[in-house]
Amino acid sequence: MIKRSKPQKFRLRRTMLFISAQKPGQIKDPYIYGADSIIMDLEDAVAENQKDAARFLLYHALTTIDYGNTEVIVRINGLNSPHWKEDVRVSIAGGADGIRIPKCESAKDVQIVEEAIEKAEEEFKVPKGRTLIMAALETPKAILNAYEICTASPRMFGIAISGGDLRRCMQVTQTPEGIELFVARGQTVLAARAAGVQCFDTVYTDMDDMEGFKNEVIMVKKMGFDGKSLIHPKQIKIVHDIYKPTQKEIHDAERIVRAYREKSEKGEGVFTVDNKMIDVAFLPSAERIIALAKACGIYEGDL
Amino acid sequence: MSKGWMCMILKKPAVAGTLESSDVQIMVEPCEGKIEIIIQSSVLNQYGKQIKATIEDVLKRMDVTEAKVTVIDKGALDCTLRARLECAIFRSSEISGEYPWGDVIQ
Repeated sequence: MIKRSKPQKFRLRRTMLFISAQKPGQIKDPYIYGADSIIMDLEDAVAENQKDAARFLLYHALTTIDYGNTEVIVRINGLNSPHWKEDVRVSIAGGADGIRIPKCESAKDVQIVEEAIEKAEEEFKVPKGRTLIMAALETPKAILNAYEICTASPRMFGIAISGGDLRRCMQVTQTPEGIELFVARGQTVLAARAAGVQCFDTVYTDMDDMEGFKNEVIMVKKMGFDGKSLIHPKQIKIVHDIYKPTQKEIHDAERIVRAYREKSEKGEGVFTVDNKMIDVAFLPSAERIIALAKACGIYEGDL
Repeated sequence: MSKGWMCMILKKPAVAGTLESSDVQIMVEPCEGKIEIIIQSSVLNQYGKQIKATIEDVLKRMDVTEAKVTVIDKGALDCTLRARLECAIFRSSEISGEYPWGDVIQ
């Protein structure tokens, strides 16, 4: 049985690629595409009468295929379905890194799943607390409860906004500029940041409009999202390129970190770099850019 | 379904899997007194023996002693073969829920 290393609550998750757990052709080697995470889907991608078959396939894939450093999350069926408990059991038995809860609306929903995870960890002798949780917000109520969802469990690493259902509930249609999801996206980022977890944007489903996809990724990066759920491997590189810090950003970040270290040793709290006022408040974002550059494999400095 | 639970009795014909590339479709049927395995695969010459060995291994592990198994392989990995056969056996036995992951399924 493949032993996966302990899941990390905080890691790079720019791209989370959906894979149908019922398709052997998809499930056997999705790590080759280089997504940060893959989401094995037991929910919408699997027909109602194939839920059992998908679980068998998922179990064997998880226990025999080496997904390497790619994070493996399982999207279970909704809490209103008869399937989700068995979905949790098979995910934990197979050693998945985390569970994605669809249509999560409250802290209570997270805690119900957490309880089932804990039970399964005990049953399958998985270290207690190993399995992480993320929640998808797909209704107006979920968006309003985003903060309580983010803080519902120490296992929570992030929330994802799910546009399809949300647009239906809001009685709006998709626009190129995303104005219809503007408040929901904003609230998602706010809640995640307030709770200290990550946030991920919804899927972009029109594979014929790569320009529209690109524009959406640029927008959600500017809004503060950590990454995006994806439906096709072709979308991965575009996201990674957009999330890659520029050489100028890396250079500026380095200068800020170095200057800060030097000046604070001398007892100076405020100083200028390239004629801009810098103080301690600039440090975390500079350090984050360097960490991101390292994670993207493009950092050549020595910080 | 706790550990130690065993012996699958096939009650009806059941199918699992598809005819898509990389998949395998497996049908199991009740069969009196023997195991009969029929394999159809485009890679029968290279992998026929291996497919048969995997089928026999799963049957043995699940304590199925009487069955007709019809396999239409479309280039499935060993883990897919196991997944489809186990699913078909459980469907045929009319057992669902609380599956013995990591026990007879492995």
